[in-house]
Amino acid sequence: MDLLMSLWEWLGENLVVVQILIKIVIIVAPLMLCVAYFTYAERKIIGYMQVRIGPNRVGPKGWLQPIADAVKLMFKEIIIPSGANKTLFLIAPVLTLGPALAAWAVFPFGDGLVLSNINAGLLYLIALTSVGVYGVIISGWASNSKYAFLGAMRSAAQIVSYEIAMGFALVGVLVAAGSLNLGEIVRAQEGEGGLFNWFWLPLFPLFLIYFVSGVAETNRAPFDVAEGESEIVAGFHVEYSGMPFAVFFLGEYANMILISALTSLLFLGGWLSPFNGWPLLGPMFDWVPGIVWLFIKTAFVGFFFLWLRATFPRYRYDQIMRLGWKVFIPITIVWIMVVGLAVVFEMPWWFD
Amino acid sequence: MTFELFVFYVFAAILVFAATMVITRKNPVHSALFLVLAFFTSAAIWLLAEAEFLAIVLVLVYVGAVMVLFLFVVMMLDIDIATMRAGFVKNLPLAILIAIAMVIEIFLVIGSGSFSLDQFAAPLPLPADYNNTASLGNILYTEYMYPFEVAAVILLVAIIAAIGLTMRKRPESKYQDPSKQVRVKKGEDRITVLKMDAED
Repeated sequence: MDLLMSLWEWLGENLVVVQILIKIVIIVAPLMLCVAYFTYAERKIIGYMQVRIGPNRVGPKGWLQPIADAVKLMFKEIIIPSGANKTLFLIAPVLTLGPALAAWAVFPFGDGLVLSNINAGLLYLIALTSVGVYGVIISGWASNSKYAFLGAMRSAAQIVSYEIAMGFALVGVLVAAGSLNLGEIVRAQEGEGGLFNWFWLPLFPLFLIYFVSGVAETNRAPFDVAEGESEIVAGFHVEYSGMPFAVFFLGEYANMILISALTSLLFLGGWLSPFNGWPLLGPMFDWVPGIVWLFIKTAFVGFFFLWLRATFPRYRYDQIMRLGWKVFIPITIVWIMVVGLAVVFEMPWWFD
Repeated sequence: MTFELFVFYVFAAILVFAATMVITRKNPVHSALFLVLAFFTSAAIWLLAEAEFLAIVLVLVYVGAVMVLFLFVVMMLDIDIATMRAGFVKNLPLAILIAIAMVIEIFLVIGSGSFSLDQFAAPLPLPADYNNTASLGNILYTEYMYPFEVAAVILLVAIIAAIGLTMRKRPESKYQDPSKQVRVKKGEDRITVLKMDAED
């Protein structure tokens, strides 16, 4: 153990790049595993909600199903449609997955447990999530297929509109916390009230809007018109097969996990214990490490993604646009003003 | 050569390459995508210059929003490349003349010594806890308050004008009023029961 620690320190002094690469692997490898088992959880949970069992054949209780799916997709042929733009066709899935992974660079998993502790962390996140739309647009155009193109157009318009509501919701968080650094934002939610000190209470409308916009941003049901299978087959990735399709899939689920993790970080206190400072329960749960709380919160928010998909019918396209522009954006602007006043007058409990 | 300088040259090379590709590619979609690459690399160069707020906002606004809409339009248009290239040779002398004039102008401004390194000493590296965003915000909302507000009002006017130009009500198209749809009640609003005599 001592040897390992000294090796780690030696790496930090002499080969910083190698040390950073090891850190990236430590973040990305469990993330990929989470993505794989998120798909399994989705099929199981939706299965039970629809009174069936879901995958149960591969391995005990179907636990090996995601591995089997991955292996199957890896061995499938990559078909490039005639008339497609080959380079762009193959770059597009990478452009979807890339930003979804790069966003984790500024994500604090615990107090000080972060790959890159930058000042403008929140801005960096908004910028990266806005770059993710290129994968969708390029895939739709490069496929040389009208269904793919229609799906890409729908999706791009939807993502660009909901980004604004999402950005405004984040402005509310920024005003409340007084910092763009994600670690500082979590620390601003610390207090004697435990879970009542987190931002979900004073920023409740923004919390809901952020989550719903996140669902729309990831093109998930009920906002999945981009792949509406009854209208445009499967949307922007209709021409993809094998590994490029799998990369799209990975990107979508990595984005979902990212949105869930960010919701728990910005509104649900991140790594803080929900019983922090409570008389009896507080000391009882002191031994639980922060990353476990973060994981539980992320899983909780992630469950909502699946729940929404199992229970809501698809939105009509014009109503999606109406919800984003005419409902969410005005509410966020009003609530930013409310939060601003609360901060200026140092409203007790949260901002004093 | 320091590592920082090396990184700068790498990004500068990519930027020049992307900018050249923007004007030389035949396919307008490729040009737009190279423009995205150019924005991205210039954001990286701004990051090197310790202007992280501007760099991230460049990515957020230009790459994330403006170029997406740009691509939208370029992809939807059916551009005939042959007619676009038709006047190339005819307009070439004029284009070369304008290009030479612009190059001379740039050299007159930059090469005249008023922007050289002895006029502007290289700024000292800022401390690690220096917050670019906060200092920009402080100066923008105190010293430059009025110019900032005026710019905001001009933008607002532009938005209203753009919406006003494109908005037209067509009597033949049907619209839905969601607030009316929501307020529909179960009985009266849904069905109308007609009384009519039995026919035989």
